[in-house]
Amino acid sequence: MLLKRLMLAAALATAAVATQAHADALDNIMKSKVIKIAVPQDFAPFGSAGLDLKPQGYDIDMANLIGKELGVKTEIIPVTSANRIPYLQTNKADLVISSLGKNEEREKVIDFSIAYAPFFSGVFGTKAIAVASAADLKGKTIGATRGAIEEQALTAMAPDATVKRFEDNNATIAAFVSGQVDLIATGNTVAAAIAEKVPARAPTLKFVIKDSPCYVGLNKNEPALLAKVNEIITKAKASGEIGKLSEKWLKAPLPPGF
Amino acid sequence: MSYKLQFAELLPYWNVLLYGLVFTIVLTIVSTVAGVAVGTAGAAARTFGPTWLGRIVAVYVELIRNTPFIVQLFFIFFGLPALGLKLSETTAAFLAMVINLGAYSTEIIRAGIEAVPKGHIEAGLSLAMTKWEVLRHIVLNQAFRKIYPALSSQIIIVMLGSAVVSQISAEDLTYAANYIASRNFRNFEVYLFVALAYLVLAMLTRSALRALGRVIFKAR
Repeated sequence: MLLKRLMLAAALATAAVATQAHADALDNIMKSKVIKIAVPQDFAPFGSAGLDLKPQGYDIDMANLIGKELGVKTEIIPVTSANRIPYLQTNKADLVISSLGKNEEREKVIDFSIAYAPFFSGVFGTKAIAVASAADLKGKTIGATRGAIEEQALTAMAPDATVKRFEDNNATIAAFVSGQVDLIATGNTVAAAIAEKVPARAPTLKFVIKDSPCYVGLNKNEPALLAKVNEIITKAKASGEIGKLSEKWLKAPLPPGF
Repeated sequence: MSYKLQFAELLPYWNVLLYGLVFTIVLTIVSTVAGVAVGTAGAAARTFGPTWLGRIVAVYVELIRNTPFIVQLFFIFFGLPALGLKLSETTAAFLAMVINLGAYSTEIIRAGIEAVPKGHIEAGLSLAMTKWEVLRHIVLNQAFRKIYPALSSQIIIVMLGSAVVSQISAEDLTYAANYIASRNFRNFEVYLFVALAYLVLAMLTRSALRALGRVIFKAR
């Protein structure tokens, strides 16, 4: 009898703790004065280890920005692409800012804020080349990595263009950097890396092929936290802070309409 | 183990395959003709030319025979633009093939030349033949007859090695295979078909070279 009561009490206590944890994430954060944010450690320029071995990148700056706006301390938790959502689900992190894209499967298990970072593939080229759409590609050579989404899309979009297909990203980049192709179809982060290392061939965006921006991920049923995060992102977009992050880490202004 | 072969999946890409096949054949023929010409000149320079010329040829031969073909190809295609020499992927592929076969055939032909007995050359010269006549009618004629099988093998090796040019987006047979595999994911069928195509191509090359050899060496 006593044992049964003890078990019941224990079960009730656990339930109470669980409800408390789920009561309202925003309240908990404000009370504890700490927000735990999961960031990537293996995905430059969004998040990687700096020379001092501390995480650095677009996502880390974004995480600190949210902490600052909330007036609490930001605790950075480096995660990998595979475990970023489990960290959130097990409450090891309050938010995931880890170059997270939105898809149906993920929307079933977590909620998403509004977009905080541009992430897209497109056709890039030096400033000197005038191209605004797939129709302008006629007579131009475009380097792409065979089998990549942007290569397949480009083949369908611009049948008149000369698409040079390379085996891997490095060969595609080498072809662009050495001037063997006029333009390059790739992701905006790759374009940013080229711009940083080879300023003479700095690629600028000509047009977008596939857009899949990054969102802040958070647990379901946290309307207060979601509203607050969205408010912070909206404010940072308006004030130009997100534009600055884009310039700093992606070496390009925000794409139009972001 | 219930994989179903579906070669019909290749049919929509017949034009890609045909283009690749023709590209590989033309690439082989051109690089064979030009490469053997380079090799003959190189071998003659190394055996009969002045010392300084022989040294240059030796450096060329060692450089090419001791580095991977793909590195030579990447150097020409991705590296040379830094020096202002920008070649299209097709030109780069042809050039790399000629340079490569040129180096190997230099050594093969040189071996043939050195196997020609000195007495034959002296006999020719004492019959008042010029140096060029001796080279053509006595030295090279005998040399080629001796090294023809080895040279044929090298030509086939170079033809098969040409698959590497697909890496700089030159649209040869291997490029066609990679392209199709990236579209329909029928890797087994695609590479099996292309492997057979190379096999047939190699056997045809061998027969063609043998027939050519018969015409060249028996017609006298």
